[in-house]
Amino acid sequence: MTIRILIRQKVFPAWADAPARHVFDHFSLELAEGEICAVVGPSGIGKSSLLQIIAGLDRDFDGSVEGCPQTIGYLFQSPRLLPWRTVRQNLEIVIPDRPEKASAWLAQVGLAGAEDVYPQRLSLGMARRASLARALAVEPELLLLDEPFSALDEATARGMQILVAEQVRRLRATTILVTHHWHEAAALADRVITLDGAPARIVADRPIRPARAAE
Amino acid sequence: MRAADIRSGGGWQGLASVLLFIGLWQIGAAFADSRLLPGPGAVLNSLIGEARNGALFYHLGITLARVAVSFIIAMVIGTALGMALGLWRALDRWLNPWLVILLNVPALVVIILTYIWLGLVETALLVAVALNKIPNVAVTLREGARALDRDYAEMAQIYRLGPWTTLQDIIIPQLAPYLLAAARNGLALIWKIVLVVELLGRSNGVGFQLQSYFQLFDVPRVLAYAASFVACVLLIEFLIFAPFERRIDVWRR
Repeated sequence: MTIRILIRQKVFPAWADAPARHVFDHFSLELAEGEICAVVGPSGIGKSSLLQIIAGLDRDFDGSVEGCPQTIGYLFQSPRLLPWRTVRQNLEIVIPDRPEKASAWLAQVGLAGAEDVYPQRLSLGMARRASLARALAVEPELLLLDEPFSALDEATARGMQILVAEQVRRLRATTILVTHHWHEAAALADRVITLDGAPARIVADRPIRPARAAE
Repeated sequence: MRAADIRSGGGWQGLASVLLFIGLWQIGAAFADSRLLPGPGAVLNSLIGEARNGALFYHLGITLARVAVSFIIAMVIGTALGMALGLWRALDRWLNPWLVILLNVPALVVIILTYIWLGLVETALLVAVALNKIPNVAVTLREGARALDRDYAEMAQIYRLGPWTTLQDIIIPQLAPYLLAAARNGLALIWKIVLVVELLGRSNGVGFQLQSYFQLFDVPRVLAYAASFVACVLLIEFLIFAPFERRIDVWRR
């Protein structure tokens, strides 16, 4: 099912010294089922806000999101693992009807052997992978990735990119990847949308299927 | 189990300081040589005497039961109230002044008024004790509720964890340190108040016994009851609170 996003108006209220700010104004976007779409643009333009609106976490806007699937996997910028549950328990909690699959998902992201560790012992890269495993474990119809490679060293980021690319293609879910790096977008997506300006507009919307087909 | 807990709590110094205290007490009593300051031996004799004739266990049992019931009432109501205040600002603005008043009304006033209004009955005791404690629990848990992390709530919403799992795996673990603090302070406050309430209007319990022996100036028995009660509270600390604290701390590095 196609996801149709229409944001007539989204305003960030004034906060501390910052004045109120129009983030989106008559913004619309359609995502075909199974499409892997990257959203690039400068920091603070509203990329994460867009994901929150699509996921239903932010309902404080004028507009609508239609066709959004029930099962969502969300890789937040911070891993948001529950520190008082082990890595395995963090997965089990989202798949209560098939907890035995948790270990297999952790193995998929290269965390076999770290199942019974508490998240505070993980490096950021490992925690991101655990968070990715959690997002994949629910077998989402919509996968939202919020800067999954930021704040990682180059080698770790590269490994994570390969992992995400593999998993995303295997999953065949509609996927939105938010990033500020073009090369990350190009490596992963079928389509790259570039946001710019305030309020944010789509300044470029390019398919990059040929690159994928050549692989 | 208990010995291990004492060791983990303070090492050998803990035990040594208790022995030192008993030693100083013995020396002080020997110097004073007065029936108003009996030594540890005399107190132990009184304790054994009261235990033999059954009075100790009867009154201690009744008092502990009262402490337990009023503790549970105060924790349940105080937690619910504190959560509500922490989550809804408007409610907090309305009820905060009441809370400040209740926090500062002397326990004795609450006790006297509940006895006057409800009569010298068991219910009055439980109400008086709970009323004294509920504001403390509510204030502590209000802080806990304010400290709840939105990030985890959003995660729970995305993965549709449901109300029960959200409560059990997301909210309670975040509140656990506040619950423990409220419970510890609560127990300390409640057992002191229960004794006063017993002293003022009940005809059994440790508070009543203390009152009787006070009138007889029987200091060894007063100290015997006090010591036995302190021992019970220490047992609760080591058998319930300390293990609970270790459990909630297990994930911290």
